[in-house]
Amino acid sequence: MSSIMVSRIRQRQIAQLIASGKRLDGRGLTDYREIKVEPGIIEKAEGSAMAYIGRTKVLAGVKIETGEPFSDRPNEGALTVNSEFVPLASPEFEAGPPGEESIELARVVDRGIRESKAIELEKLCIVPGKKVFVVFVDVYVLNHDGNLIDAAALASLAALLNTKMFNYEVQDDEVKILPGFTQLPVVNYPIALTFAEINGKLILDPGLDEEEVMDARFTVTFEKSGKVCAMQKSGRGAFTKERILEATKIGQQKAEEIRRMVI
Amino acid sequence: MSQSAGKLIDENGIRTDGRKVDELRPMKLSVGVLSNADGSAYLEQGKNKILAAVYGPREVHPRHLALPDRALLRCRYHMAPFSVEERKSPAPSRRELELSKVIREALEPTIFLEQYPRTSIDLFVEVLQAHGGTRCAGITVASLALADAGIPMRDLVVACASGKVGGKIVLDLNDIEDKEGEADVPVAFMPNLNAITLLQMDGLLTIEEFEKALDIAIEGCRRTYALQKETLKAMYVAIKEGVEEE
Repeated sequence: MSSIMVSRIRQRQIAQLIASGKRLDGRGLTDYREIKVEPGIIEKAEGSAMAYIGRTKVLAGVKIETGEPFSDRPNEGALTVNSEFVPLASPEFEAGPPGEESIELARVVDRGIRESKAIELEKLCIVPGKKVFVVFVDVYVLNHDGNLIDAAALASLAALLNTKMFNYEVQDDEVKILPGFTQLPVVNYPIALTFAEINGKLILDPGLDEEEVMDARFTVTFEKSGKVCAMQKSGRGAFTKERILEATKIGQQKAEEIRRMVI
Repeated sequence: MSQSAGKLIDENGIRTDGRKVDELRPMKLSVGVLSNADGSAYLEQGKNKILAAVYGPREVHPRHLALPDRALLRCRYHMAPFSVEERKSPAPSRRELELSKVIREALEPTIFLEQYPRTSIDLFVEVLQAHGGTRCAGITVASLALADAGIPMRDLVVACASGKVGGKIVLDLNDIEDKEGEADVPVAFMPNLNAITLLQMDGLLTIEEFEKALDIAIEGCRRTYALQKETLKAMYVAIKEGVEEE
């Protein structure tokens, strides 16, 4: 991203402050901004939730349709995560096909949900090898103030927890809809934590101005038992091994705190 | 990734392709393989066959993308339609777009981009045949192509994946291990600078297992690094001998 958002002077100020262990908005280096999650925003979606991290605002909607299973997973439902950097969210965003940032975000969120086996996909099989439920998670970035990955992961998890599927029965391989709803089987709760390295220091939950100054970024996702289920380094810089392990250890603890707050 | 019935590693600790848990696939590297490119390199690692080419530093097209203070590094990772079991559409997939981004970011820290403002360095990684670990192999071969192009770098970047297969932490996952194993951790590393420039992970690992996986991946990188250096030296020796003969 270009630097029209933050002037050079401000960039230098942020970097200098961080070197002395402080941040522009008064947070400690590993403090998170205020998190808020509001489930059930969109009635027409099977599930939805808005997640706020400070001024960052991300909406996730879940739609469920029937479709064909993947050939290597004939007895499982399918999951697809997409993200849209809506132009109203930032002067930097443009309409058009998804850019690499958007694709990366969706794939990191997807990895967290998939690898933690958050959704019991085997329960979404209708006719083995032929028909399954496909869970579409669409992430809508509405206001960009940094750390979109964590916000998107939170919104997606909250939306899945809020997802209701219609009841159905199978007649001659066709799905017949019955009255009433059941909860989508969600059994794990992946939480993504994003760190940035600025001026040799590690910070948690970078804001937009900090993202413009950062050397590199590292996202680590934890599932409910504290195991790592996804990681992604990104950005133009590099990390030492010690830095990665430090972030992973801090992240494990923070993930637990955030999970308790959200679920 | 699915938990497989432990067949991926037998009771003697030998993997499906006959390797031990900490063994790399044999790798062949060569440089200067394409005459049109400013730099090029070719890699074979097991069944992986990958070509990399570098064009630049050259004028940026479209011009508005030019950066005032450094070169623009662009990277395209692409798989040939015939590189995999089932034909892959030649249109870039979301996976390829993500990998193009992380490969670029794995190489960016090593290049002195600030020496070539308002130019572009275009890097193409073409996977001719894929058999697991192509992003890592792509970085290893791309880094040689950059060196072949004479682009000043802080270090060679070398990449290698580790992971968890059949309950064990193993080095350099092949195709089947990648699909059936419990976890995959691709790592790119600059050995002289002790810096990790790519790190991804999917699957399930405890922090202790992750630490072990990261350690053996770095060790794997160091071993491949030696081969990278040898390959470059061999090219210069060949040139020198060619000159002396004349």
